[in-house]
Amino acid sequence: MAAPGQSQRPTAGGSHGVSERSHEPVLQQFPEAEWDEAAGAIIAPLGQARALAEWLLGQGVDYCSNVTGVDYLEREVKEKVTGEDGKVETVTRTEPGRMDVVYHLYSMRKQTGPLVLKQRTGREHPQVQSLTPVWRSCELQEREVYDLFGVDFTGHPDQRRILMWDEFEGHPMRKDYTEPFDYEWEPTPHDEILDKHQRGKVIV
Amino acid sequence: MTTPNTSPGIDLDDTTRAELERAGVIVSKVDTLYNWARGGSVWPLTFGLACCAIEMIASATSRFDISRFGSEVFRPTPRQADLMIVSGTVTKKMAPQVVRIYNQMPEPKWVIAMGACAISGGPFKQGYNVLKGIDRYIPVDVYLPGCPPRPEAVLQSLNYLQEKIRTQDIQSDPAFTAGRRQYPVPEFTGTDLEPPYNPEVWQPPANPNAQPLEEATA
Amino acid sequence: MSSATATAPNYELIQQDGLDTGLLEVSMGPHHPSTHGVFRMDVKLDGETVVDLSPVFGYLHRNHEKLAENMSYLGSMPFTDRLDYFNSMTNNWAYALAAEKLVEIEVPERAEYLRVIMAELTRLVNHLSLVGFFVNDLGALGTPLLYAFREREKILDLFEQASGARMMCNYFRFGGLRNDVPEGWLDRAREVVDRFPVFLDEYEKLLCENEIILSRTQGVGNLSRDLAISAGITGPMLRASGERYDLRKVDRYGIYDRFQFRVPYSDGDVGDCYDRFIVRMLEMRESIGILKQALDGIEHGPVLGNAPKVFKPKPAEVYGRVEAPKGELGFYLIADGTPKPYRYRVRPPSLINLTVLRDMCLGQKVADAVIILGSIDIVLGEVDR
Ligand code: SF4
Repeated sequence: MAAPGQSQRPTAGGSHGVSERSHEPVLQQFPEAEWDEAAGAIIAPLGQARALAEWLLGQGVDYCSNVTGVDYLEREVKEKVTGEDGKVETVTRTEPGRMDVVYHLYSMRKQTGPLVLKQRTGREHPQVQSLTPVWRSCELQEREVYDLFGVDFTGHPDQRRILMWDEFEGHPMRKDYTEPFDYEWEPTPHDEILDKHQRGKVIV
Repeated sequence: MTTPNTSPGIDLDDTTRAELERAGVIVSKVDTLYNWARGGSVWPLTFGLACCAIEMIASATSRFDISRFGSEVFRPTPRQADLMIVSGTVTKKMAPQVVRIYNQMPEPKWVIAMGACAISGGPFKQGYNVLKGIDRYIPVDVYLPGCPPRPEAVLQSLNYLQEKIRTQDIQSDPAFTAGRRQYPVPEFTGTDLEPPYNPEVWQPPANPNAQPLEEATA
Repeated sequence: MSSATATAPNYELIQQDGLDTGLLEVSMGPHHPSTHGVFRMDVKLDGETVVDLSPVFGYLHRNHEKLAENMSYLGSMPFTDRLDYFNSMTNNWAYALAAEKLVEIEVPERAEYLRVIMAELTRLVNHLSLVGFFVNDLGALGTPLLYAFREREKILDLFEQASGARMMCNYFRFGGLRNDVPEGWLDRAREVVDRFPVFLDEYEKLLCENEIILSRTQGVGNLSRDLAISAGITGPMLRASGERYDLRKVDRYGIYDRFQFRVPYSDGDVGDCYDRFIVRMLEMRESIGILKQALDGIEHGPVLGNAPKVFKPKPAEVYGRVEAPKGELGFYLIADGTPKPYRYRVRPPSLINLTVLRDMCLGQKVADAVIILGSIDIVLGEVDR
C-alpha cells in the first residue's frame, strides 16, 4: 500500500496534477470519507477531519500548504436524465448551498503531494474542526477563513478577525455579501472587458 | 523666481530690484526669504503604505537623490516632519491612523497624495476595504498620479510643492494662521467609517447617475 | 540554543523592595519605521524583554481576491504584480502557471527561458533589497541600502526595457509572455549578470563577517526545523532552518530541471537570523549561475503559445505554486465554465511565515524583535492582500 500523499514525482513543465491513488489509502482507513473525482479532493467525513488529519500526519504528510474557504450558493442544476422509456428529459434540481474549507497537503520529507482535503458544511452556521493543532500553518489561514467566510473552527486556539476590524459585520468573501450602499458607484472598465470577452472579442 | 507682491509696504518692480542687485543690494520680503528657506528643506515623513512607498524610497537613493532638492531627511516621527507623502493604498482600517499621524504633525505641513490609490482608490477602488482617496479626510496639496509614479515624478511633485510653498503668504495662509490643523479621526462602524468623509475638506461631487426627482418617484 | 516554544515562558516579574515594576504594553506600528510597511505588533515588555507579542494584520487588506472573482482571468494579472510588489515577475509566473493548468497550453521554448531569466533577476532584486532593509534594521542606516538600491536600479532598467514598467511589470501571459525582449536586451542582461558578482564580493566583504552583524544576529530568533515544517514556513527561511526544500527542485516547474544549481541550506536543526541572512546571500550566487546558463541556452523563437483568444476554462480546480523569493507562492483557482474564476485564492508566503513570529520573539529583547521581523522578509501587499 502506498503511503498517502505518495505520488509520482511531478513531471517537468509544472503539470503536477493530483496524483492518482494517493487518496486510496485514506479511503481505506476512513471508509466514510468521500472522493470527489471532479475536484480531485477527499471530503472528510463530518466530525472526523481532525482524526483524519492526525492519521495523515502520522503517515508523513507534514506540510499543510494552503487553507481556504469556498462558498457555494444555492443553485439550480439542469441535468439530462434518461427515463425508463428511453426518453431523455431535462430535470432541474436545486443544489443546496454549502461551504467548503480546502486544505492542500504535501509531504516535505518525501517531497510528494498534493493531497486535497475538504471539510464540507452548511452555509447557515458553518462549523468545522480546526486543524491548527495538527499543522501550525493553519493558524493564521483559518483565522482568515473565519474572518472572510464566517466559518467557525472548533478547537482553534485564537479565533479572531484577522483582516477586518473587530466591529465589522458580515463576511465579505461570501458570494452574497453586498457592500453598503455607495452613492459614488460607477462601473469599472472590468465589466466592459468582461463583456467583450464573453462576446468573443479579444483584448490583450 | 517670481513672487506675487501682496504684502503692503514693499512695492518694487523687477527692474528696480535687478538694478539694486547689480549695485550689491538685495531687497527681499520676509515672506520670500522664509518661503525660500522652507521650500528648500522640506522634511518628509518616513511613511510607506504600499507599493508606491518603494518608489518613494527609490527616489531617495543614489540615482534619483532627493537630497538635491533638500528633502533627504526622512523623519520617522510625525512631530519632526513637514511633509506627508501618502504613498499607497489607504484602506479603511488604516485611514484613522493616517488622520491621526497628520494631526500630530506641526504646522506648516503639507501632503502629497502619491499614486492612483491615495488619490482615488486606484485599481482597488471597488474593494470593500479601500478608501476612495485620502483627500476625504485631510487636505492634499499635490496629487501625483501613477501606479506607481516613477521616482522622477516624485521629484517633480516635490518641485510643484516647493513652487506652492514659495507663493504662500505668511499673514493669510492657514498653515500659519489657523494654528495646528487637526481633523476628526474617523471611527469604525459595522460596515464603514463614520463619518465617511470630512465635510470640512471634501464634498461629494454631484452624482451623475442621479435621476431627477420626478422620474425617480414616478 | 533551544528552539522556541509556542507558549510564553513561565513569567514572574522581578520584584525589588520599594520598586514598582510592571509590564509595559507597546503597540509597534502600523506606522513604525521598522515594520516594513503597515504591520503592527502588540508587544508586552518587561523592561527590554518581550514577554508577549501578537501581530495585527489587515492594514493593507485591498480585497484582491474579491476583486479577482469579479473580473476575467487575464484581468487579474496586473493585480498580481501588486501582491508582493518587489517581485512582480514571480507573482505573474505563479498565476500564469495555475491558469495554464486549467487550459492545456504549451509555453514556447524561448518564453520558458525568458521566464527563468526574469524570475532569477527578480530573486536578485528581492534578496538585495531584503539584505539592505535587514541591515538597516540593525542600525546601519542608509549605506548598505543605498548600495543595494544602486544595483537594483540596473536590474529594474532591464525590466523596464522588456516590459515597459520598472516595478509593476505585468509581463507574463497565459502561454508565454506579452512580448519579446527588445534587440540587444540579452547582451545588456549578460553585462549586468557578469558584473553582479563583483558587487556581491564587495557586499559580502562588508557584511558577512561584520562584527556587529555577527553579534546581533547569531543566536537571535531561533527557529527549529520541526516547528518550521509544521508552521508551513517556506523559502529561504525554511532552508535556513535546515530543511532542503526548494520548489525549483521539487516541482521542477518551467524548465528548472535543465539548470545546474545548488540549494543553499544550513546544516543544523535550528536557524537563526544570521542563517537566514547568509542563505539569501548564497542564493544570489546560485541565481547568477542559473542566469548565466539561461542566457547561454536561450534561442530564437516565438514567446507566446497558442493561447485561446477567449480564456474560458472548463470547470476544474487547480493549485499552482512557484518558489517565489519569499517562499511558496501558490494560486488556487476554481473555474466554473465562465470567463471569471469562481474562487481565486492566493497562498501568501509572507503571511504564513509570520505564524512563528511570536515563537521566535518571546524572551528576546525588543530591539531584536525588529531584527527577527526583518529576517522573515515580509511584504505587506502580500500579507494582507
Ligand atoms: S497606486 Fe499602484 S503602485 Fe501605488 S499603491 Fe496603489 S496599486 Fe500600488
